[in-house]
Amino acid sequence: MSQPSTRDLPQSIDDTLTLLTEGGYVADRALATVLFLSLTMQRPLFLEGEAGVGKTEIAKVLAAGLGRRLIRLQCYEGLDVSSAVYEWNYAAQMIEIRMAEAAGIHDRSEMESGVFSEKHLIRRPVLEALESGIDGPPIFLIDELDRADEAFEAYLLEVLSDYQVSVPELGTIKADEPPIVVITTNRTREIHDALKRRCLYHWVDYPDAQRELEILARKVPNANATLARQVVTFVQKLRELDLFKAPGVAETIDWATALTALGKDSLDADAVSDTMGVLLKYQDDIARLESGEGERVLEIVKAG
Amino acid sequence: MATGPGADKTTVEREEGSRLADRIVGFARMLRRAGLRVGPAAVMDAIQSVVTVGIERRDDFYWTLHCTMISRREDHALFDAAFRLYWARRDEREEAGNEDEGEEAEALREKKRAGDRRAEDALDEERRAIIKKRPEFELDARLSFTAMEVLRGKDFAQMSAEEVADARHAMRDLVLPFDRVATRRFRTDPHGARIDPHAMLRASLRTGGDLILPKFRSPREIAPPLVALVDISGSMSQYSRVFLHFLHALTEKRRRVHSFTFGTRLTNITRPLSRRDPDEALEEASQAVRDWSGGTRIGTALGDFNRLWSRRVLGQGAIVLLITDGLERDHIEILSREMERVSKSCRRLIWLNPLLGYEGFEPKARGMQAMLPHVDELRPVHNLDALGDLVAALAAPARGGGLARHFQRAHMKGGRNANV
Repeated sequence: MSQPSTRDLPQSIDDTLTLLTEGGYVADRALATVLFLSLTMQRPLFLEGEAGVGKTEIAKVLAAGLGRRLIRLQCYEGLDVSSAVYEWNYAAQMIEIRMAEAAGIHDRSEMESGVFSEKHLIRRPVLEALESGIDGPPIFLIDELDRADEAFEAYLLEVLSDYQVSVPELGTIKADEPPIVVITTNRTREIHDALKRRCLYHWVDYPDAQRELEILARKVPNANATLARQVVTFVQKLRELDLFKAPGVAETIDWATALTALGKDSLDADAVSDTMGVLLKYQDDIARLESGEGERVLEIVKAG
Repeated sequence: MATGPGADKTTVEREEGSRLADRIVGFARMLRRAGLRVGPAAVMDAIQSVVTVGIERRDDFYWTLHCTMISRREDHALFDAAFRLYWARRDEREEAGNEDEGEEAEALREKKRAGDRRAEDALDEERRAIIKKRPEFELDARLSFTAMEVLRGKDFAQMSAEEVADARHAMRDLVLPFDRVATRRFRTDPHGARIDPHAMLRASLRTGGDLILPKFRSPREIAPPLVALVDISGSMSQYSRVFLHFLHALTEKRRRVHSFTFGTRLTNITRPLSRRDPDEALEEASQAVRDWSGGTRIGTALGDFNRLWSRRVLGQGAIVLLITDGLERDHIEILSREMERVSKSCRRLIWLNPLLGYEGFEPKARGMQAMLPHVDELRPVHNLDALGDLVAALAAPARGGGLARHFQRAHMKGGRNANV
């Protein structure tokens, strides 16, 4: 890349919008506003929305655009301190103890500082995120927080309020400069208000037709223009039906890619039914479309 | 937001600034009156954000307030309406009294209430129609007539005030079930099956590293989420009201209890129920619910639940309590399909049916027969004893068995084999 790897934080909402657009993310003004505020006020950004609307992508684009390190913490049920924050390298510690014995060290405090020293500390994402690189504080992406249990959420609350972590054997580790925090959730459960209150909240919705078309143009540039338009109209119509899981932007992109790979330059009934699995992931929904509703939608798309 | 022509700019700006801050505070007050939770910290944030962003563009201003004052998607619609009302009227009438947000909130609420009333009126008619139809139930007619009499006699809600108070106390004193699921977190446990290296090394330093003794840990256990779906249609409302008391007691003592009511529509009453004072909580809950004692569409209500909520509340091994009499007359297919989906998305589905309280009652109605194959347990819920039994059942680990299997075996023709 010819442009410098690091870049200052955007100075206005328009700047933010440009930053996202340059990174290949087609955002609406609402998102740019929230992102800009989050950057200037140094507050975590809390993104909620259905799966596949591009929440995680925002953090990635931000990291690439600002030239910052991206540290990602993927949450799951049972995520604990040893895999999220830090862990000790037990094998190395045991060797350290044996070495100390061999060297005849029996002073307890000396041994303790040797065994529990920073070189034996394995840093996990949270601890890593507190360290600024040469290019400034990193982007800390906490992905799918709803999957972690409440205990971790409470812990996170503590980290996000002071940007510090305490390791009992070592002391408190504090960030020189708070990282840029992006939290995403799919709403498989409610996140506690206390955590939300510390963040700027934004619901990432499905894009409208025009924006989705723009996204397709960027992500699947070799797709036929007619095909892209039809794909977007079809997907937008599907979202109006009460499906169990409406297709997200990720599915739209996949579908357009699949159809392009099959050499289609417009939608037809066969192509739709052959590739339905790319778009819909529940058998109930697929069955519903195949029982006639799909054709109806297709007709509307073709007429439009 | 129009800048005064000419004049000393800084003074004007400062004045405008503090006026704007006042207006934002007023806006927050209005939101609060309309039922949103906007804390003082959020208002401070909002003001700071507006200063950062500026007020050149209306949509920027909108989203700035939105992201600082709103933290749930559900509140978006109310915010939107409030924003329009509050910030548009200002443009229209330049200088009116600035303490009018009370009026506006009132207007907003009034609008909502009027809507409610209309819905209620509509439901009233529906209810009358349903009550008229009642004798046609597919239950044994003789049984159902006397049964209804017995039911009234036993109504929780028709107990004397004293008895109700006693019942509530009893409910609060029910020892909560100790059902547990293992998580992937660990706690130290001398009888655990896994090595705990962290504890070992820390302990070894106590002896100067001479001894590294084994320490153990085992998975931590927590109570799984509990989701209650309460039927509040006409035939159920008496029981439902009492059951809400029970749910309130549960919500108070246990984490992750989600409560929904359904009749003609599905309503989430988790938040209203989380108030500490039971009367306040129930009052708020019944205000949130718009279809008390109306008709019931179990199938479609479950469908709504599946589509809108199941992924949000059924994670992490949830137990579902479905409280309904199962008297669905139409759309048996939908009912069966949605029941299957609920059953497959949760760890345990317990159906609480007050009709089971009658001596000799058997679930022969078609709706019930459609639901039975998908429930893990079927229990009565008509009096305090039954509630006590329910609590005991929650603690029991068994999946399957109980009355559901019994009835299935007895009444599903050529039905499945059940091991009781």
